Amino acid sequence: MKIQLNGASLDTEENDLARLVATLGHEADKVATAVDGLFVARTARAQTPLREGCAVEILAPMEGG
Amino acid sequence: MTIQQAAPAKSFPPTNPSGKELSLYGNEIPSRFLIGSAQYPSPAILLDAIAASRAGIVTVSLRREAGKDAGKDGAGQQFWSLIQQSGARLLPNTAGCKTVKEAVNTAHMARELFATRWIKLEVIGEDDTLQPDVFALVEAARILCAEGFQVFPYTTDDLVVADKLLAAGCEVLMPWGSPIGSGRGLNNPFALRALRAHFPDTTLIVDAGIGLPSQAAQAMELGYDAILLNTAVAKAGDPVAMASAFAQAIEAGHAAFKAGAIEARDMACPSTPVLGSPFWHGDGSQ
Repeated sequence: MKIQLNGASLDTEENDLARLVATLGHEADKVATAVDGLFVARTARAQTPLREGCAVEILAPMEGG
Repeated sequence: MTIQQAAPAKSFPPTNPSGKELSLYGNEIPSRFLIGSAQYPSPAILLDAIAASRAGIVTVSLRREAGKDAGKDGAGQQFWSLIQQSGARLLPNTAGCKTVKEAVNTAHMARELFATRWIKLEVIGEDDTLQPDVFALVEAARILCAEGFQVFPYTTDDLVVADKLLAAGCEVLMPWGSPIGSGRGLNNPFALRALRAHFPDTTLIVDAGIGLPSQAAQAMELGYDAILLNTAVAKAGDPVAMASAFAQAIEAGHAAFKAGAIEARDMACPSTPVLGSPFWHGDGSQ
């Protein structure tokens, strides 16, 4: 399945957001996630299926003004 | 004749001569300086600048995080570890958001990641000035306040917008001094003075556009409660020294406001008493 991850195309076999986060090597509580522009809470990732063409955002802390 | 030794200098507290601390959503903050964490030459200089600023609050943001398997990850976690060393309370922002939906969802992500209900709400409406889209800002503020966020809206100096943000549930307003990163200082002191006068009991923080310590002092002399800035420190030749300079200016400006400034006037008024002037100050006759 091809999805958009942080604006770039990605082929993945993971069916839900929690598995995708883990597969990418992120610690679950060190990133925040959204699918198709909507926030997905950490506790809801395992119940959030990934679909062909969906847009996943995985964000981490950064400097800001 | 003997020369008397000068009395030891009186010791003044470093901040808040009134004894009243900055209050943000019920939290007493022992500094009136909020500092941004972006654009510093190095992580070490960032930490030193935060320490020199004596700021109790540091703004942060969110970024896309590459997968660790991609071999270029870790920036986000490295920053997270670094900023925690500062000991400052974090104020995440929604920088870069241009719609209500983006801002609201970014705020939710920030709340989960930083474990705080505080959010510096930015909804940008124009790219050249980074001016807030105040219509979207008010709507996003209304949604987030209803959801339990404690919103710090980055806004203009417009009185009507300010009133609507307060009605939406904001307890703090952050009007701009001038466009973000411009260093122009207070573009419209009249409007900022009017805002202060119109909302005497609201916590008002000048956010954005400050370039010099004197400009920060000017805002504090107007009665503003605090200053939020980033670029003027981070891009200075010596960010640590500049952070210290801003800290002193903010304290001085606040002390001056509490002390009560004189009214400006058009004509001169002699500071030396005229009663008992010697003869050469008489009637002008030779």
